[in-house]
Amino acid sequence: MVTLDDFYSEDPIAWCAGCGNFSILKALKQAFVELGKKPNEIAIVSGIGQAPKTPHYLKCNAFNGLHGRTLPVATGLKLANHKLTVLAGGGDGDGYGEGGNHFIHAMRRNIDITYLVHNNQVYGLTKGQTSPTSDLGFVTKTTPAGSASMPLNPLALAVAVGCCFVARGFAGDIDHLSPLIQQGILHKGFALIDILQPCVSFNRVNTFQWYKERVYHLDEEYDRKDKVVAFSKAQEWGEKIPIGILYAKERPTLDEQIPAISKTSLVKQRIRPKAFKKLVSIFE
Amino acid sequence: MLNDLSIRICGQAGQGIQSVSSMIGKIFSRQGYHVFINLDVESRIRGGHNFDQVRVKTKPVYAANHRIDILVALDGDAVQQDLPFLLENGLLLYDGEKSKFKSRKPNHVPVPLERLSVESGKDKIMLNTVATGAVFALLGAGLEPLLGKLDEDYGRKGKAVAENNKKAAAAGYQYIRENIRENLLLKIGKPKRAKKKILLNGSQAIAVGAICAGLKFYSGYPMSPSTGIMEFVAAHAKDHGIILEPAEDEISAINMIIGASFAGVRSMTDTSGGGFCLMAEGLGLAGMTETPAVVVVAQRPGPATGLPTRTDQSDLRFAIHAAQGEFPRAVFAPGHAEQAFHLMGKAFNLADKYQTPVIVLGDQHLNDSFFTVDRLDTERIKIKRHHVMSDREILSPMNYRRYAWHKSGVSPRILPGLSKAVLYADSDEHTEAGHITESAQVRTQMMKKRMQKLEGMKKEMASPHIHPLKQGDVVLLGWGSTYGAMKEAASDLSAQGVATQMLHFSEIYLFPNLAFLKNIPKKARIFAIESNYTGQFADIFRFETGRSVDHKILKYDGRPFTAKEIVDQVQNRL
Repeated sequence: MVTLDDFYSEDPIAWCAGCGNFSILKALKQAFVELGKKPNEIAIVSGIGQAPKTPHYLKCNAFNGLHGRTLPVATGLKLANHKLTVLAGGGDGDGYGEGGNHFIHAMRRNIDITYLVHNNQVYGLTKGQTSPTSDLGFVTKTTPAGSASMPLNPLALAVAVGCCFVARGFAGDIDHLSPLIQQGILHKGFALIDILQPCVSFNRVNTFQWYKERVYHLDEEYDRKDKVVAFSKAQEWGEKIPIGILYAKERPTLDEQIPAISKTSLVKQRIRPKAFKKLVSIFE
Repeated sequence: MLNDLSIRICGQAGQGIQSVSSMIGKIFSRQGYHVFINLDVESRIRGGHNFDQVRVKTKPVYAANHRIDILVALDGDAVQQDLPFLLENGLLLYDGEKSKFKSRKPNHVPVPLERLSVESGKDKIMLNTVATGAVFALLGAGLEPLLGKLDEDYGRKGKAVAENNKKAAAAGYQYIRENIRENLLLKIGKPKRAKKKILLNGSQAIAVGAICAGLKFYSGYPMSPSTGIMEFVAAHAKDHGIILEPAEDEISAINMIIGASFAGVRSMTDTSGGGFCLMAEGLGLAGMTETPAVVVVAQRPGPATGLPTRTDQSDLRFAIHAAQGEFPRAVFAPGHAEQAFHLMGKAFNLADKYQTPVIVLGDQHLNDSFFTVDRLDTERIKIKRHHVMSDREILSPMNYRRYAWHKSGVSPRILPGLSKAVLYADSDEHTEAGHITESAQVRTQMMKKRMQKLEGMKKEMASPHIHPLKQGDVVLLGWGSTYGAMKEAASDLSAQGVATQMLHFSEIYLFPNLAFLKNIPKKARIFAIESNYTGQFADIFRFETGRSVDHKILKYDGRPFTAKEIVDQVQNRL
């Protein structure tokens, strides 16, 4: 049986006290335990920022790559060994800013990975600059007059480009977040979980309290299979912020559609030198 | 009888120039001739002025000739541009009925290409096939091999297509037989050893080399002149169990192959200079995380978009230095198709053995040009994965540390999901266990570990190719795709009484052992031959050997060198 202890990492945690990342880490470990996933069956890919340090703080296969380049690495890894449970993780700057193009195309591909975005609406590692999800008017050192660009709506974007699992969680609600992560992992295909994660050092607006007053759970009545409903739900922000699964509808994943790996993962396949002679003969 | 013959087929993009050149090339290579075909194309889909030049020789050939024996103009307006290159007794074939060009010279042969095409199959689309038939008649060759090849190429498109093309070829052939004097024909002698050869271009050689080296994952973004590699791999991916994932950009491409390689499969990407700029950070990621990666860069003239469909050798220093920080890498630059095939095998083995990126530099001239090869010996590429360990091979899997210290710099690698243990790879400076560190001591140790690989890698680099070994008064120094023109120039200069050696590097970085210098006389004058403005390799050569080159013959117009250009410039400076 898999227990929380199996995920113990000796690497000392470098986050600020009270950071929302702690609860996300806890929710993630719990999700693995609930699903009975062993550390060596999991690979987590991350980029650069505070959130991308997460894989160091639990036991699993981890690739901590470049800023913004998480999803391509995760895609290559998953295609080479699709038997692994692959997760990708990072912050809003990493995923929606630097890696914005990859974000769009990973969703189009529908590669079977779960993508956790720790969204704190500010840059943490570089110490407090505006991010793609900062609200209009958000004052930072790089936007002293307030952020003038419309905040990116990752959920609406995800619905628009055909992501087939679009969800939002809240770091202040582990009991909701952990099962949400489980469902993301169980979902066949690309699963986006945007996690509202208050930054205690650099975001004095969108605090734990601010979110607690606004978030509400999507209830049983909500139709998560309807794209139009999901798109409209994704617009809700401000007084009320929905959390839960906004959209979920399976469609064939990229790895399922590749006949070469229908039986054996790519990494376990043997090389067939006999075929090389035939290949060369086409030039005769 | 000629023993060296060049046929240039010119016209607009979309007129089927390439099917003429490849048909001629293939038929002669099957008969044992040596063939070289270079492509001169504009960056457009239709129209413009383009040509393919087929050189058929009874002896080995790796470069284009500066003069042409037969000029085939599919488009009348193309004649004027290429006519100055036609030899005095050369033959011009043009559409007398469709072209503004008029000539009464007996060696300027008007052939109603379009009319004959329409008469053969109610369509002018086959005028290139009419021209091909006419060329075989101009060479005094039989029509049968061409008809057979047309069956082979067009048979799959249906019997009618093949039959119409055969009619078109026969019409062109017949027209020449009836309208030209026998003594004007340009016949080529038989090759000494009429051993059947294969014909392939540099991109195909690179792709086949990669597949034979066990390529399993490929990602890339199309960019001239590298796209041929990706398209070839895509066409054969299914047969060889390869996954090819088209990337949204080059940044994604290199990161995807790093992910796949981390998972344990041989992976590569290809691009040209612009895409390689985007890959630079990823290259460092492979170096830092110690993940094998093979990157092919087919150079074209820059900076920025430059000349997209033309050739250049300006990215050598860039390839050697790309990305921030210091990490080990190797840079190869094959001189011809067969060498490209074998170097791909070596590139994958080195990347695995030293867990670091290997760059293979091509260029438009290498990638797009067709070369004849006796055979590609697939068994000569030995797949050696090195240092990829199963749990049985690791003493204590649960204490596994991905970056455990080893004096060679290389730590054994387990694969995620295939071991009881887990591994951490990190782009931050990291501990032996792969966790982020700020420790000055660990940083120093890890830099040493990675850079230590250079020592082993240095020993792997092959000596440059010196031809002939007999010491000369002049040495032509170069690298990559100038191989053919240099080799021919060295031989031509020697024939003119200037004893000349070619010194060609295909493995450039790390710079090979200096033992080769003993075959280069101290008093010889060294001419650096490069397709760039500054003589990038000449400077590297001086830095590594302490020997300055005496002259630089540089060309940066986007066109390949011919032997004649080199010979003339050497003679001028002697």
